[in-house]
Amino acid sequence: MLAQIGITIAQWLVVVLGAPVLAGVIRKTKARLQGRRGAGIFQPYWDLRKLLVKEVVIAENTSWVFRLTPYVAIGTMLLSAFIVPVLTTAAELQFLGNIILLMYVFLLSTFFLALAGLDAGSSFGGMGSSREMAIAALAEPTVMIAIFAIALRAGSTGLNEMINRAASDPLLLLNPGHLLAFLSFFIVALAETGRLPVDNPSTHLELTMIHEAMILEYSGRYLALIEWASFIKLFLFLTLLGNIFFPWGVAVTLQPGAVAIGVFALVIKLGVLALGLAVLETALAKLRLFRVPELLSGSFMLALLAVISFFFLR
Amino acid sequence: MSTKDRNTVVAAINEFCWAGVELDVRSGEHEVRVTVPPAELLGFTDYLQSRFDGRPELIVAEDTRAESGGFTLRYIFELPGKDVFVIVSMLLQQGQDLFPSLATRWYLASLFEREIHDLFGLVPSDHPDLRRLPLHQFWPAGYHPLRKDAERPEVFEDDGRPFPFQHVQGEGTYQITVGPVHAGIIEPGHFRFSVDGETIVNLESRLFFLHKGIEKLFESMHVSRGVELAERVSGDSSVAHVLAYCMAVERCAGVEAPERARYLRVVLQELERLYNHIADIGAICTDTGFAIANAHAMRLREDVLRLNDRLVGHRLLRGTVVPGGVAIENFSNHQIADAINTVQKVQNDFKEVVALALDSTPVLDRLHTTGVLSKQIVCELQVVGIAARASGVDADARRDHPYAAYSKLKFQVPVFQEGDVWARMMVRVQETQESVHLIVQALEALPAGEMLQPVTTLPAGASAFGLVEGWRGPIWHWVAIGENGMLARVKIKDPSFANWPALNYAILQNIVPDFPLCNKSFNLSYAGNDL
Repeated sequence: MLAQIGITIAQWLVVVLGAPVLAGVIRKTKARLQGRRGAGIFQPYWDLRKLLVKEVVIAENTSWVFRLTPYVAIGTMLLSAFIVPVLTTAAELQFLGNIILLMYVFLLSTFFLALAGLDAGSSFGGMGSSREMAIAALAEPTVMIAIFAIALRAGSTGLNEMINRAASDPLLLLNPGHLLAFLSFFIVALAETGRLPVDNPSTHLELTMIHEAMILEYSGRYLALIEWASFIKLFLFLTLLGNIFFPWGVAVTLQPGAVAIGVFALVIKLGVLALGLAVLETALAKLRLFRVPELLSGSFMLALLAVISFFFLR
Repeated sequence: MSTKDRNTVVAAINEFCWAGVELDVRSGEHEVRVTVPPAELLGFTDYLQSRFDGRPELIVAEDTRAESGGFTLRYIFELPGKDVFVIVSMLLQQGQDLFPSLATRWYLASLFEREIHDLFGLVPSDHPDLRRLPLHQFWPAGYHPLRKDAERPEVFEDDGRPFPFQHVQGEGTYQITVGPVHAGIIEPGHFRFSVDGETIVNLESRLFFLHKGIEKLFESMHVSRGVELAERVSGDSSVAHVLAYCMAVERCAGVEAPERARYLRVVLQELERLYNHIADIGAICTDTGFAIANAHAMRLREDVLRLNDRLVGHRLLRGTVVPGGVAIENFSNHQIADAINTVQKVQNDFKEVVALALDSTPVLDRLHTTGVLSKQIVCELQVVGIAARASGVDADARRDHPYAAYSKLKFQVPVFQEGDVWARMMVRVQETQESVHLIVQALEALPAGEMLQPVTTLPAGASAFGLVEGWRGPIWHWVAIGENGMLARVKIKDPSFANWPALNYAILQNIVPDFPLCNKSFNLSYAGNDL
């Protein structure tokens, strides 16, 4: 029992404390790819520390929603960090959630961010909220269908079962349904975490922003919490991609050796995915806003094909 | 050529033998000066338009009450296809504040007239839109800073009166207000979008937050001191602005820059064009989210800036052009070889960067059909420079009104028909190649001799204009000399002044997130516009 509690807390800490460095690695890789030196990979921690001690400026006409939202954002992500199997599938305390719950916890945070964007009454907040909601509405069905494609084969929507089932399939990567679902989920992950080609996380152009426009009014520790939450969200999405679709290395027991391999595997997977993301963000330009629905409907079709292929290629 | 053009224009004006329209015999080689009484202005300008398709490119007001009793207005008409300008001078009578308005004939004239209304307190009669332009609402009503006797008012604070913006109403139409403080480190400007969802149905820009009284400041300066101020009118166009200023001063003094200086002026101006165009193309790529092209463009821009530093000791080429020539140390053979090598290397690398961007489908998808500016709008608003050439107007002052050594060098003027962001980028891409070509030609053919013909006598009362094709477009300086070599009046027209309104049209029916990209493809100067 002690081991169970220990590993659950250990996983949670890996997510919560490791998330900023992942963002740092992506930024560093992008900078190197562009021929710049870039900030160190630990820069996000220093940014968070700086923001945490800075003064908070709040627009006069905001309501309690504005002040609550940062805590909802970080709270939902701290909760989600309990749900996702990061190192092992043997942590039984994770009974408390499955992937459907996870996706809607994410959505709860998005919902509150959109409300907060509207709350200050500035033009950019409203614009960001409207765009974020449009994208969330398009991404949601895709996420669900992609999840069904995997859940159908696993016979469960529990994350541990999905990973265990995938790990036991030797011909996993030869399964077209699996690969289609991966592609679909990857595109949705880009949209949900506000990466190129959907949103540009490093832009200074307020009129083109989506996620950044919603949080433009935030400062100080509130901004720190929201930034941290978005680091965690990115970490969780990449972990899900790595563990569900490439389940090798995830510990199935709580043996120290297996967990050590789990840690090692996680670092490799996240490293590869972060590198892939950085390459993608360097090679791609941002889509015209009205092309995003086309991208997401393409992703939806991939997910649908993945589900259909399950019935044919079982 | 120009003598023949000039004779045609003089003959045409002589035909127009209305009372009070007088030809000034002191006109220069490329200009015809005419004095017109206020009652005949509209008739005469209409004649210029119908006969030569003439358009007023610059309108200058001068406070000449001390000399002649009333204000003087000058209208400089460009006649397309002719290397001759008609300078129409109109003297208002003593105590007369009303003057005939050209606003309903040319939109650009209406802007100049609003400017004159604010700064001089002269009233264009029947002007359709006399809202404030350079002076914001809080400037005291009777204070017109460019009058020589203007006294600074005691109270000078914003009283919170809003600017009367146009209102677009309708179901689902709302306003987005952007600026004057922006998220990036850029100059201030206020943009008011009326949008239907994400589609822009109207854009009104409110500028002049950077109005700092440059023209007034000139009037306290000696001609030689004005050089430094002219360099700082718009930081990215230092050479172009100071060159226009110096050309105007040289014409006032009747001095010509020596041959070697003329070639060096070409080199300096093209270096400026080169680094700005490279930076702009990088910035356009950034705004599509394609950061890698920008990273390399910035590297190449830095190469050019360092070359500038090695050649003349200043990265932005300041302190180089002076009235009468150029004030730099003579280039050694080593420096010339270094310059040629560097610009050719930059050109080769730059081709790769451009290819990288133009081979990327997502980038092209963002550039094509975004922010289309029609040729009709270009002609009606008298849009100039890059924006005009990208919309099918074949005009370039370096070729049409050659100055420095441009008439002796070979170069092409790229013109595109599409009028979208892509076309404006392509004009820059091709002009970059031409600039490198011009720099190499000028350096290889650099004639020997003096670099400076000092300006010694400055006749009081003399006035002239200088016209230069800056990297954005034509830059005008009108200089009038006062007593003891002091400046009596300097009027500046940066291409941004004519082009800002065009942005309001180019962006219509585009979506809000495409505005920054469209704006960047114009990349107009706030400082040069606001003065």
